Amino acid sequence: MSGIRLEQVTVSVPTHDGERRILHETSLELTEHRVALVGPNGSGKSTIARLLNGLVRPSTGRVVVEGLDVARDGRDVRRRVGFVFTDPAAQLVMPTAREDVALSLRRTHPDKAERLAAADRVLADFGLDGFGDRSVHGLSGGEGQLLALAGVLATEPSILVADEPTTLLDLGNSRRIGDLLLGLEQQVVVVTHDLDLAARCDRVLLVRDGRVERDGDPSAVLDHYRATA
Amino acid sequence: MSAQLLGLHQPGTTVLHRLPAGAKLLGLMVASIVVVAARGPVSALVFVAVAAALLVWSGARLGLTLRAMRWLLLTAAVLGAWTVWQNGWPRAIEVVGDLVTLILLATTMTVTTPVDEVMDAVARGLRPLRRVGVDPEAVALAFSLMLRAIPTTIALAEESRDAALARGLERSPRARLIPFVVRVVARARDTGDALHARGIGD
Repeated sequence: MSGIRLEQVTVSVPTHDGERRILHETSLELTEHRVALVGPNGSGKSTIARLLNGLVRPSTGRVVVEGLDVARDGRDVRRRVGFVFTDPAAQLVMPTAREDVALSLRRTHPDKAERLAAADRVLADFGLDGFGDRSVHGLSGGEGQLLALAGVLATEPSILVADEPTTLLDLGNSRRIGDLLLGLEQQVVVVTHDLDLAARCDRVLLVRDGRVERDGDPSAVLDHYRATA
Repeated sequence: MSAQLLGLHQPGTTVLHRLPAGAKLLGLMVASIVVVAARGPVSALVFVAVAAALLVWSGARLGLTLRAMRWLLLTAAVLGAWTVWQNGWPRAIEVVGDLVTLILLATTMTVTTPVDEVMDAVARGLRPLRRVGVDPEAVALAFSLMLRAIPTTIALAEESRDAALARGLERSPRARLIPFVVRVVARARDTGDALHARGIGD
């Protein structure tokens, strides 16, 4: 089974006087190759993205990815769904670029020499040749995001979810990462404020106040968003 | 920026680089016990000299490494001043000497050993404990995250200091400390999310 399904999903967070609903009942089926989530800050876009690999648990309803229930089969789902965060500094957890990619490969490449060679190949595939021994601290925003993407894609996920991956980048790097994301074979779900990037997707969802307000053809949804923002 | 170098492997071909990570970890552990157990200022000075010689031998970029360690060395100096006041010079030399020795030895270890090798060595060493419920891979990962956290935490401290300076609150320890703690906790949560999202530690 392919694709992503949200079945009557709600998400609430506890507050000092009860709870606040950050995602109202939502049902969706995402089968398109490239899907964009747009909307104001705090609207619930990231919550939807995080539901897709179990970083956020639904309060009610269920999320099904490739036939697997995210709440029940979280481990298997995370092996299928890669996730890229806004700030690569939070995502890069090892001291050097090679070690960070190698960390992703520990499960598939138990032999250390093979793992490091595979990490170097991944770095080369992403145009990061010669970065192997570089500290992840010393990378520019674009290089860091590229490395974060490399580390995630090294695990060969079938779906990639990216939460505002270009927000911290300059125009050139933003285009570079956007092109890379939209050129992937995997299904890509991207949360973005970059409406040019969203326009290049197959389907756009406008999320506002914890609800999917518009859903469909990019130009129609984005025109509505521009008119009502 | 030099804080980045703490915990960072610097490739090389010295004997220290070629030694297995497990042997170096064990050596570090034994040396730490000996350094703390030995009493008196003379032995402390000898330990500092030996540890400094090892760091030089490792081929570490000394200027940058010392710059990266400046805050740790400053902390050692403050601790030394306190100990002189409380317990006199011999005790201060011993305490600061031991601390500096351990910092130098740990730096030599990280300079000459890739984290990947440290993880493998820790996981290998802890494998017998699997029978009592210890997950060696998880402990090894925690160990490597600890190394990674050193420069990250220093960078967060610098950010918090800059934020306080920008608001004219450079004299307020509260304006530095509270945002720093909040940032460290937030970063720890983000790192947890990132590991979770990558399916590491499941």
